[in-house]
Amino acid sequence: MKQLLLGNFAVARGIYEAGCEVVSSYPGTPSTEITECLSEYPKSDIYCEWAPNEKVALETAIGASIAGKRAFCAMKHVGINVAADPLFTASYTGVRGGLVIAVADDPGAHSSQNEQDSRNYALAAKLPMLEPSDSAECLEFVKAAFELSEKYDTPVLLRLQTRVSHSRSLVEIGERIVPEKKPYAKDSAKYVMIPVNATKKHAVVEERMYNLDVDFFNSSLNQTIYNDRKIGIITSGTAYLYAREVFGDSVSYLKLGTVNPLPTDLLFDFGKTIHNAGGTVYVIEELDPFIENKCRSIGAFDVVGKTDVYYTEKLFTPLYEYSQSYLREKIQNDTETNAVSYKIDNIPPRPPVLCAGCPHRGVFHILAKHKLFVSGDIGCYTLGAGAPLNAIDTTVCMGASISGLHGFLKADPTYAGKAVSVIGDSTFIHSGITGLINSVYNKSACVHIVLDNSITGMTGHQNNPANGKDIYGDPASAVDLERLCASVGVEKVSVCDPYDLGSVEDTVTAHLKYATETGLPSVIIARRPCALIKGIKHNAPLTITDCKGCKGCLKIGCPAISMKDKRAVIDETSCVGCGICKGLCNFGCIK
Amino acid sequence: MKSILICGVGGQGTLLASRVLGDVFLNEGFDVKVSEIHGMSQRGGSVTTYVKYGEKVYSPLIDKGEADYILAFEISEAARALPYLKKGGKIISADSEIPSMPVITGAVEYPADLPKQIRDLGVELTVIPALELAKKAGNPKALNTVLIGALSTLFENGAKWLDAVVKIVPPKVKDVNIKAFEFGAEYK
Repeated sequence: MKQLLLGNFAVARGIYEAGCEVVSSYPGTPSTEITECLSEYPKSDIYCEWAPNEKVALETAIGASIAGKRAFCAMKHVGINVAADPLFTASYTGVRGGLVIAVADDPGAHSSQNEQDSRNYALAAKLPMLEPSDSAECLEFVKAAFELSEKYDTPVLLRLQTRVSHSRSLVEIGERIVPEKKPYAKDSAKYVMIPVNATKKHAVVEERMYNLDVDFFNSSLNQTIYNDRKIGIITSGTAYLYAREVFGDSVSYLKLGTVNPLPTDLLFDFGKTIHNAGGTVYVIEELDPFIENKCRSIGAFDVVGKTDVYYTEKLFTPLYEYSQSYLREKIQNDTETNAVSYKIDNIPPRPPVLCAGCPHRGVFHILAKHKLFVSGDIGCYTLGAGAPLNAIDTTVCMGASISGLHGFLKADPTYAGKAVSVIGDSTFIHSGITGLINSVYNKSACVHIVLDNSITGMTGHQNNPANGKDIYGDPASAVDLERLCASVGVEKVSVCDPYDLGSVEDTVTAHLKYATETGLPSVIIARRPCALIKGIKHNAPLTITDCKGCKGCLKIGCPAISMKDKRAVIDETSCVGCGICKGLCNFGCIK
Repeated sequence: MKSILICGVGGQGTLLASRVLGDVFLNEGFDVKVSEIHGMSQRGGSVTTYVKYGEKVYSPLIDKGEADYILAFEISEAARALPYLKKGGKIISADSEIPSMPVITGAVEYPADLPKQIRDLGVELTVIPALELAKKAGNPKALNTVLIGALSTLFENGAKWLDAVVKIVPPKVKDVNIKAFEFGAEYK
């Protein structure tokens, strides 16, 4: 029977059916649910874990593959930047058990710091990459990826996109078949990448990619659909779905499932066929002109895409997500079909905000109050950048808060005592520790604040190495952050409760003074579990009586507080009684 | 092909509503696509999910002017989604007014008389006191089921939607959700 499955769940089902036995990932939207879903299968069938970061996760999967079992690793697009180092060399070593790596891109940056196109990694690391369009293909392609991995002795990338990962569509599920474990046998020429072996393996890699290009000509993962030949569309992934919905059976399609290596002869045949029929070939793909560049390199037919100067009036954009209306407008000059019939102007925007009772809020209030330079990081707390807190100066990538602050202070030491970094517990473990060591080793007057909410929050509450629970919720060793900081040479480490604004302010002030006086880094751990963690006990909701309308409580941007008839009111269903607002009322009306 | 756009505020339970509707149309033998947004926008931001069904559905997205129905969990979110409504499409919205952060901080005002403004455009809008009915059913979180109940009345097989609700909600809140569905379906 067909089921309606989220793309990520279908990927997980495919991994399970393929007999994969080891999974290691770091959470990242939109890839997270794959590994979460896999952890719900019996641990005896398939071992799952959250690793501290994507590099560790991939190396773990590589190790499992070398041991002879099928292994898998999932990450978001920016995660593959972290995992790039093992990725490029695993391409040379190849695999023993099949190794599949899912990477989920986020066109439109719904929940990301950039719109990078991970297909470029497949090209650069010389790895095959498959790209499904819907949930059924997610399941089919991931199983095909394991087969390809073992057949061609290579890790295989599975490229996902937000609208594939987070869309539900129909899937027929099958049985799990576990291939026999390949016994480990020492093979240093294959697995020890010293120069003498690596140069030889490079030749193997080049030959492999050539063979894949040739073999993908006949792959069932690619579909050529000939209809009218006035328009031929070369596409893949989500872009195919938008195109097919708009043009139906009125145009011809080359729908590519193997996006690296792109099958040269298949592109050639389709392009020439449309060209010879007097038609126009469009390459429709979100983000970079990846397929388009390949078509241009073949040089046998013209394409309309996003880079050809001769078609300036038809250029597609490398930005954002595409949609039906976008393609109608660009290809058919049709602005009628999706014309807007109804509209009301000036609907207030609704940006995401820190939740009511969020322990990060109090810290940001104090940092903003003291007008500090705040080097930010990736997580829920990035929301501290928004109004009314406006407390963050920079956000680049996981871990950059700590190392970035170090660099900032090296360039402008006059900011000593006026600058801090903020980083979450999971992000600190992910890639903050090395930056901390650098600021100790190379002495800078950093005040690093670890916002320890005992969970990986933004991605939907995953356990991590600092909270004492593994992916299954079973007890695990918890990193002792205070001792960790002390052991790398941080001489001043303090812990404060972010619900206690006075304590936060005193601690921050003392650390800024220490930074100015000693020129050395120090760490504050603001510790309080995320208010949304199940089982967390909350205080009774607060109430405001006899409000004078001073609006002091609005400074912290709590979604539970709003103004009604010029009086502040607290929404009792969302208030968790954290009490941060109490001290901000000029008249003591909040109780 | 028909499409239903579900919109609300992160945390209101829009994802569950889209799962129920997906299940409903799957059981009716249609091809179905449901698109969700997870991650950052769930933290109190605007959230939109799309449910599309028909003989064959390709794109998971509902574009401007394409939604046959809008199911809104908050009235300003209904207004925000208006450009996505097909000409002659229908809206069912909760009467909830949830101020966003720019409203809370006083940067902008929450618009007055939104139901009237929407109806003045010629849109068929039903406003339901969904939160109140959910509380009456026994749990404010059943707001989504009240709205599903209200939407079901616009569909031929709507009475059968309750089966999908019962299948998808946790067993311990089954009775509350049955009541919530009925309150929504009966509301005039």
